[in-house]
Amino acid sequence: MEASIIAITILWSFLYIYSMLGSLDFGAGFWGMIYGKKNNTGASLIANRFLSPTWEVTNVFLVLFVVALYSFFPFAASMLGVLFLLPIGLGLVLLTIRTTFMVFSHSVKRYGRLLQVISGITGILIPALLVSILPVTLGGFITMENGHHELLYGKLLTSFTTYAHILFGICTQFFLSALFLADYASVSKDPSAAQLYRKHAIVAGPVTIVVAVLTLFTLEPEASWFLTNVENHLYGFGMSLLLFLFGYAALFLKNRDGQRGLFRYAVVFVVLQYGFAIYAYGSSHLPYMVYPHLTIEEAFTNPSMFYALLIATIIGMAILVPAFYLFWKLFLKDRRYLEQ
Amino acid sequence: MYARVLFGSSLGFHIIYATLGVGLPLMIILSEFMHIITKDRHYAIMARRITKGFAILIAVSIASGTIVGVLLSLLWPGFMEMVGQIIALPFLIEIFAFLIEAVFMSIYLYAADRLSPAMRLGSIILVAIGAVGSAILITDAHAWMNTPDGFRIVNGEVVDVDPLDAFFNPSFFATALHVTVSAYMTAAFVMASVAAFKLLKRNITKEERSYHMKGLKISLVLGLLMSLATAANGHETAQMLHEYMPRKLAAAEGLFETQSYAPLAIGGFTDEESESVKFAIEIPGALSFLAGDRFDTEVLGLNEFPKDEWPPLFVHTLFNVMVGIGTLLLLYSAFLVIWKFVLKKEFKPWMFAGLTAGGPLAIIAIEAGWCFSCIGRQPWTITDVMRTTEAATDSDYVGLLFFLFAGLYIALLFITSFVMRYYFKRNPVMKDLQLEG
Ligand code: HDD
Ligand code: HEM
Ligand code: HEM
Repeated sequence: MEASIIAITILWSFLYIYSMLGSLDFGAGFWGMIYGKKNNTGASLIANRFLSPTWEVTNVFLVLFVVALYSFFPFAASMLGVLFLLPIGLGLVLLTIRTTFMVFSHSVKRYGRLLQVISGITGILIPALLVSILPVTLGGFITMENGHHELLYGKLLTSFTTYAHILFGICTQFFLSALFLADYASVSKDPSAAQLYRKHAIVAGPVTIVVAVLTLFTLEPEASWFLTNVENHLYGFGMSLLLFLFGYAALFLKNRDGQRGLFRYAVVFVVLQYGFAIYAYGSSHLPYMVYPHLTIEEAFTNPSMFYALLIATIIGMAILVPAFYLFWKLFLKDRRYLEQ
Repeated sequence: MYARVLFGSSLGFHIIYATLGVGLPLMIILSEFMHIITKDRHYAIMARRITKGFAILIAVSIASGTIVGVLLSLLWPGFMEMVGQIIALPFLIEIFAFLIEAVFMSIYLYAADRLSPAMRLGSIILVAIGAVGSAILITDAHAWMNTPDGFRIVNGEVVDVDPLDAFFNPSFFATALHVTVSAYMTAAFVMASVAAFKLLKRNITKEERSYHMKGLKISLVLGLLMSLATAANGHETAQMLHEYMPRKLAAAEGLFETQSYAPLAIGGFTDEESESVKFAIEIPGALSFLAGDRFDTEVLGLNEFPKDEWPPLFVHTLFNVMVGIGTLLLLYSAFLVIWKFVLKKEFKPWMFAGLTAGGPLAIIAIEAGWCFSCIGRQPWTITDVMRTTEAATDSDYVGLLFFLFAGLYIALLFITSFVMRYYFKRNPVMKDLQLEG
């Protein structure tokens, strides 16, 4: 494999991890807000119990993605900096508000509810902003003016495909988090919360798939190159759909306690579903980073830096795997934590 | 222009929380450790209370750190292009250090009751290692900007990149050590400030007094040790400047003419017209000694350099503030330690009053130090390689973002202090002391 392909694969992997974790994180914040009104419903406890120890780790993956992007592809810096300063800058303001308010809401009980609502709402706006970057990279929203790249904000804000992407992001977030929290609740022996989240997942699942397919039809004419590539990677998207059907079916099978929903299987299938979808999307995106202005080859760093980074990534991940395992054991498995 | 102000203020904001984020884990470790040795439950309570404050601060630290991390990429595309090619390694490793810190922070915070004491201590030690590691790694990137190494530029292109040479650039060790010990020093004085403030109150019980006294003693001793280390290593840092960044040293001291037996100017304002530092106290030969350990060391003056490469001359004041505060805190904590532990006398109220200023002063020194280091490098972003103007973005939206972020920072400063006060008012030490009494 070419070095730049390895690098972009690492990058897509980080993006994959972040989009999974981020969906859970933002989604759990949303459910925590919805069910937090009546103080002690199991559903909000479950959401918060998941959120408390994990948001920090999730946030680091966002930074990891950004740093890896600029490290492996430094020549993308000037274009990305000019194009995305405003949307990402706004996203950062919201992210800061969300993070700090979420943590503060545990310390100041009297204003806890207000802080929780604000962090819940910003938790929907942030993914919307982040996802709106995707259509830009597919083409049609950038002009060149006297040597400068400019993002056409007007066109972006009035374009149908932007909103389709945003809708897709939000649906994904609801679907993944509801599904995961159903599993989490069921492991925590709270069947009523599990069934509640299961219902949300049953609605959100098919909606997400439909929105995803429709989004493809809303793409700008400039992005037709991408559709051609998608046709070449249909097997990846097909696998993804198949895995979705498996996962969705698992929601209707009875588990050991006689309740409907084999949640663990459902979660695994759906995570794999997104894996296939993201890598298929990523391969269809090649060779461009930002169509038609920048290819990954043009943005790629020099070989000696690439190998140094590769080794650092491998060592770093190797050190972290046991740490993540411990984390998993303590917060996602330990009965004493889950059933308190 | 706005890009510089936006980035400078973001860092200035982040650094307050980040420095405490590096320093406080050490205080927690010390308390946990004292608890294991003395079995005195006061120390366990202390560890828990510092942890609670730490958890609030770290949220802001992470959020603001995410901002600087991403803004750095967006505001300085020219710079990032260089960074990515030459000094990406510490940036990437840093994130792994963050991950270690984040994972074990959650474990320490939310699983404390399910861990054995040894594992608890182990996880907070890993938090501390992750925090120091990230500070050292980001400092490495900063050190490389000051003393770039590990590449050549041919026809405007970067060639012969050696990531390890860049990583271990000439100023790395001195700077990394300086940042670490000054962060520990700051955390110690902040703790001492809090304890001294509580001890000033009249109506506290005997038990509270004894609790705060223990906190005061630990942080005072640590503060003294760390300010000694900071001063000693600051001396080394100044020698590093002398060797690799003479222009910055000259600006720091307002030295215009190259000379041996160069004087150290304390206070005053550098005046460009008369080429001197006005209203300053001059110590003959001291600058030469600082730079090379000998009074006859020759120190380069500003006139050796083209005028358009001079940093702003007010960096002299920033340098004075940092060194002044460092010296002051060193002397004051040494005095208090001798008073208490050698002369074995009781503290007097005015001593506490003096000490309450220690924490804020240390934070001011940190800010002054960073501003000195970054502004003293001007007009270069990467010394002698890239000018600040070449590094900046040309996006039109920087001004708008600046006002947004400035508002956010000010709001957060208030909200964090409100949350801290609210929490610790609701949960006074008395409550913790009685709970298990
Ligand atoms: C509590 C904070 C604190 C204190 C008391 C001191 N410093 Fe410091 N200093 C820092 C906190 C700091 C810092 C904020 O951490 C800096 C900014 C950039 C850096 O690498 O460290 C720094 C930078 C810095 C630099 C510039 C390095 C560069 O530009 O690369 C020099 C020459 C010194 N220091 C020297 C000293 C001396 C001689 C001190 C005498 C006591 C001293 N510092 C006390
Ligand atoms: C010497 C100055 C600095 C120190 C001591 C420092 C230290 C810290 C600490 C202790 C944290 C909290 C880490 C955690 O708990 O995860 C943090 C967060 C962060 N810092 Fe800084 N930092 C400094 C400057 C910078 C600069 C200049 C940048 C940007 C280039 C930066 C980028 C970040 C990022 C991205 C985070 C958030 C990581 C996360 O999501 O957890 N820091 N920093
Ligand atoms: C954390 C404490 C820091 C503070 C308070 C600080 C402060 C500042 C200020 C005030 C400026 C504007 C200088 C001017 O335009 O005159 C600046 C510039 C800059 N600093 Fe720092 N800085 C800090 C740490 C760092 C670190 C650790 C890095 C490197 C990773 C860094 C990288 C930069 C860059 C890239 C610029 C913009 C280019 C330039 O003006 O040279 N800073 N900083």
